[in-house]
Amino acid sequence: MSASAEATVLITHEVGLHARPSVKFTKLAKSFAAEVEVAVAANGPWFDAKSIVKVMAAKAPKGTVLHIRARGDGASNAVEALVGLVQRDFDEDADHARSA
Amino acid sequence: MRIEGIPASPGYAEGTLFNLDRPPAAYVAKASEAEEKAALKAAIGKAVSRLTSLVETADGDAPGILEFHIAMLEDVALSAPAFAALGSGEPADAAWRQALDAEIAGYEASDQDYFRARAADLRDIRDQVLRALSEDSETAAPPGSILYGSDIAPTRFLETDWSRGGGIALGAGSTASHVAMLARSRGVPMVVGLGAFADEPTGNALLDAEHGGIVLSPSPKEIEAFRQSSSSFAARQGQAQTFLAQPAATKAGTSVRVQVNIAYPSDVDGIDIATCDGVGLMRTEFLFGKALPDEETQYQAYRKVLEWAGEKPVTIRTIDAGGDKPIPDFTVEETNPFLGLRGIRLSLARSDIFRVQIRALLRAAAHGNLKVMFPMIARAEEHRQAAALFAEEEAALASRGVAHKLPPLGIMVEVPSVAIAPEAFADVAFFSIGSNDLTQYVMAAARDNAAVAHLNAVRHPAVMRLITSVAAFGREKGIPVSLCGDAGGDPAAIPALIEAGLRDLSVAPAQLAMAKAAIADVPV
Repeated sequence: MSASAEATVLITHEVGLHARPSVKFTKLAKSFAAEVEVAVAANGPWFDAKSIVKVMAAKAPKGTVLHIRARGDGASNAVEALVGLVQRDFDEDADHARSA
Repeated sequence: MRIEGIPASPGYAEGTLFNLDRPPAAYVAKASEAEEKAALKAAIGKAVSRLTSLVETADGDAPGILEFHIAMLEDVALSAPAFAALGSGEPADAAWRQALDAEIAGYEASDQDYFRARAADLRDIRDQVLRALSEDSETAAPPGSILYGSDIAPTRFLETDWSRGGGIALGAGSTASHVAMLARSRGVPMVVGLGAFADEPTGNALLDAEHGGIVLSPSPKEIEAFRQSSSSFAARQGQAQTFLAQPAATKAGTSVRVQVNIAYPSDVDGIDIATCDGVGLMRTEFLFGKALPDEETQYQAYRKVLEWAGEKPVTIRTIDAGGDKPIPDFTVEETNPFLGLRGIRLSLARSDIFRVQIRALLRAAAHGNLKVMFPMIARAEEHRQAAALFAEEEAALASRGVAHKLPPLGIMVEVPSVAIAPEAFADVAFFSIGSNDLTQYVMAAARDNAAVAHLNAVRHPAVMRLITSVAAFGREKGIPVSLCGDAGGDPAAIPALIEAGLRDLSVAPAQLAMAKAAIADVPV
């Protein structure tokens, strides 16, 4: 079985896909069996979404359209979950709202 | 030259200064590629575990930053180039440095400010591992040293051999840090808040952690005076030892119960149960350090202490996470964590996790004289909700035929609302005054902030009045009242606490003797 899925999402978080957001992003990616990759352009280069070093190297600031693709078991779930995390600004605003 | 600071753990130390902040010592290359690989792998692991333990004590933005460092270190993509270079005969330190420097250069070249700033994180990560690589023998502090620097990591404290004396002198630091707690329970002299050292001091120094200060490049006269103070302190301590085996009583013969505070089950290994009246506070945060512990792990930990104590009471505090004690997958990130979802609030919000602890406590209760208390209670409703969870879990254990017992359920008195209006709590089994938190909330002065340390005074009339009124309320209603904050073991605060009506104090094991000696001096 080789399910695959792909999607794009706009990064709206202030600092982009960096440091703390990238910790959350790679942790979530690692929770899926599928192979997951990210890119800042449709034609790549593609980076391993489970490696924080690679995701950081993608240098995706605020305003970047992030491309996410996955292959294998649960590919579409993985893409959907990661898109959701980026859309929710990596849940950072929610954390702040709770403590306010 | 004497520099004044704040005593964090009493005692005296005379010794050679050891710089905590100095750059890593030279790495000694290994004989083979396999050994180099093993050394690098071990160093990365060591750096990760060091950071992990730092996460436990960090607050504010620090945990997020440390977790980023940990995630980077745990990513094989970071170390792959270094391991590849080992294959071509590089020693581990050079291979790691080159691999990280290449990565750092990539960040420094970025046209985004935020990204460029991450180069500093990468340098920190690089140095953590370099330090771990060379630490084998070189940078471990020689026994008897006075460790000085801006701050000290708990791992460093735990890695140091304190058997031949020595002490800690910190430019920043805090008397409420985990290291300060560790230092007090091990009897290691420690002074914090010394400010930045102008030049890098070297040679011998005299650490006076009774009054809070350090003498650099001491004159013969200063050394002589220091040794006199030190031996007078030792004599007072030695004298105190004679009180250790006796039950505590004041000059007038009023008996006072003195229990111990412990953080780890293994803490009881070094305590003779005959010297104390039980465990007044057993913290349970340690169990939750790295991951959420299962019921069996908790049960075994609680049972060990209960069996050690025999018939004497062991008061276990349910998980007091949040505040300055974050726990992955449990606590939430907050801008003002001391006033947030911590203690019982978090336990009630995450009853799935709380119920596991409750079951472990109910089962352990069958093995001794257990009492359970809830931290950060602000309203009586919280005690009722927690008690209801105990009742539910008790019924479930009973229906499954599992051995258990329902312990008395008391509360910590640390939120001012309880101390001001205790009448709402007439049906709790006991009160335990958490004077550290009570003081910080009454005085609005953080425990971990050296700049407001002078405000954080338990003997302020406002705090003492609350303690007195809680003690009086307990007497009137027949509710036992004890105190388990640092004040209980502070000879300077003990007379006021006895005057306030307290007859039950819980102190760090290392302070048992001095506390009993101080009680014997109280005229009441």
